Amino acid sequence: MSSEVSDNDRRRFLTAATVVVGAVGTGFVAVPFIKSWNPSARARSAGAPIKADISKLEMGQQIIFKWQGKPVWVVRRDQKALATLSKVAENLRDADSEDSIQPDYARNEHRSIKPEYLVIVGICTHLGCSPTYRPNMIEADFLGGFFCPCHGSKFDFSGRVYTGVPAPTNLTVPPHYYIDDGLILIGEDGVA
Amino acid sequence: MSDNSSKNGIMGWIDARFPLTKMWEEHLSKYYAPKNFNFWYYFGSLALLVLVIQIVTGIFLTMHYKPDGDLAFISVEYIMRDVDWGWLIRYLHSTGSSAFFIVVYLHMFRGVMYGSYQKPRELIWLFGMFIYLALMAEAFMGYLLPWGQMSYWGAQVIISLFGAIPVIGDDLTLWIRGDFVIADATLNRFFALHVVAVPLVLIMLVVMHILALHEVGSNNPEGIEIKKYKDEDGNPLDGIPFHPYYSVKDLVGVVVFLILFSVVVFFMPEMGGYFLEHANFVPANQYQTPEHIAPVWYFTPYYAILRAVPDKLLGVILMFAAIFMLFILPWIDRGKVHSIRYRSTSFKWLLGMLVVSFIGLGYLGALPLSDIRTFFARVYSIGYFGFFLGLWWISKNEKTKPVPERIQ
Repeated sequence: MSSEVSDNDRRRFLTAATVVVGAVGTGFVAVPFIKSWNPSARARSAGAPIKADISKLEMGQQIIFKWQGKPVWVVRRDQKALATLSKVAENLRDADSEDSIQPDYARNEHRSIKPEYLVIVGICTHLGCSPTYRPNMIEADFLGGFFCPCHGSKFDFSGRVYTGVPAPTNLTVPPHYYIDDGLILIGEDGVA
Repeated sequence: MSDNSSKNGIMGWIDARFPLTKMWEEHLSKYYAPKNFNFWYYFGSLALLVLVIQIVTGIFLTMHYKPDGDLAFISVEYIMRDVDWGWLIRYLHSTGSSAFFIVVYLHMFRGVMYGSYQKPRELIWLFGMFIYLALMAEAFMGYLLPWGQMSYWGAQVIISLFGAIPVIGDDLTLWIRGDFVIADATLNRFFALHVVAVPLVLIMLVVMHILALHEVGSNNPEGIEIKKYKDEDGNPLDGIPFHPYYSVKDLVGVVVFLILFSVVVFFMPEMGGYFLEHANFVPANQYQTPEHIAPVWYFTPYYAILRAVPDKLLGVILMFAAIFMLFILPWIDRGKVHSIRYRSTSFKWLLGMLVVSFIGLGYLGALPLSDIRTFFARVYSIGYFGFFLGLWWISKNEKTKPVPERIQ
């Protein structure tokens, strides 16, 4: 090919235009494939709110419900457990739950609607293990609550995280409301 | 190919249509490798052997396995108990994954020891590192498939690592899992990636690794180039054709390896909980985390670094940085001398520190946490990163020994 007869600017433009159109096309085609990894309609509908019957829950006990495939705990706390909440405050990373996830009505010391009942997602905010309920595990500055076996994170009876452990924030309180005294709807805020 | 077309018979017919003889000569019978390869040079060909073992056993496992949250665990037990020789195929595959990492770690150590990553072999090292990365992805996703407790919670922890990324973290983990927790959707996609996508990438990378190697030529324990001195035919004086010399030598390595491999497969397939963890013989339970969770041994060094840092994001960053340091090793090392034989005493000390730290971290990463272990994990983490920092520092004006011109 002799360069005298070819128009190099035009050729370069056409090459660039072809590359751009091809790249845009590839980008659009990638979208369906990437989006196919989103939770499917079936998975999303399994995330619908659930009714939790707590009428038979005894003092100090914990029941585990399943919501969005996650364990949601309901714990009935006695006066002794509630009394520890203010004592441990200075050892907590986020005692006032400012950086943690909870509905506004649960942003208080007991992190619940009724002080006696704690409704909380049982997944550690560190790396997603499920902590265990340890009402009787008392150590130097730990007065009982929840303990994550994976990486040693500790939480008080309100699911508030202690300092010096890897979990960054308190356990998450899901949206919930009382249908009546013995029945909670988990996954939805109450209609005012 | 004009010189090949003169050949007659079936080979002539093929060579006129496909460069079979040319490829054979280029990569085997006329690929000249240095004549002084030692013990450490077994692990490249052994890695290839393990890759073949994994692919063959993997194909046969998929014939009986079911990637379904309700059926996966049972189908693995079905393979173990009811499928003829199923236990053997499965144990070959599970032992193969650990063997793969043993071989690859030794292969990488060889590269560091003799400076095989240094100029002009940076791309060989980079392809190799991508192989290592793909291998880790492959092993991680494969470990979810038996759907035991450790599969489930290990995957939960590792995927949650991406949640530490600011802003997009939570959406990203949701996207990876395809559900709000590890679920059937996660299992199914990991199966697809484990049996199709990642193996294709792996094989492609292995081809590129070998092509790059054969373009530049192999390094050797002396760390000198053999291409400088050639005979009248243009072949390196200190080189010998890969086939038959090294193909036969590697065959000895293969036999020894297969003996050791068989001992594990037949007598200790779980390796005391290190190759197959005990908690994984319990079906996945999304409401209960096992008392002690640890990754399989080949991930424990990085896991120990993660746990040693009391901050979530920083821990994740340092863990990935630990792998990234290996990627940029060719540019961290500013030295000109390749082999440990002619490098300074400080290099030997640094390399020793790397080995101690890496093994120390690997040991600690498999154990439950305690204060004293966290302390040591921090010391070893500093030792690990200290190798790279120290190497960058000492390699600028390193006091090396004189390097010979030829291989003796």
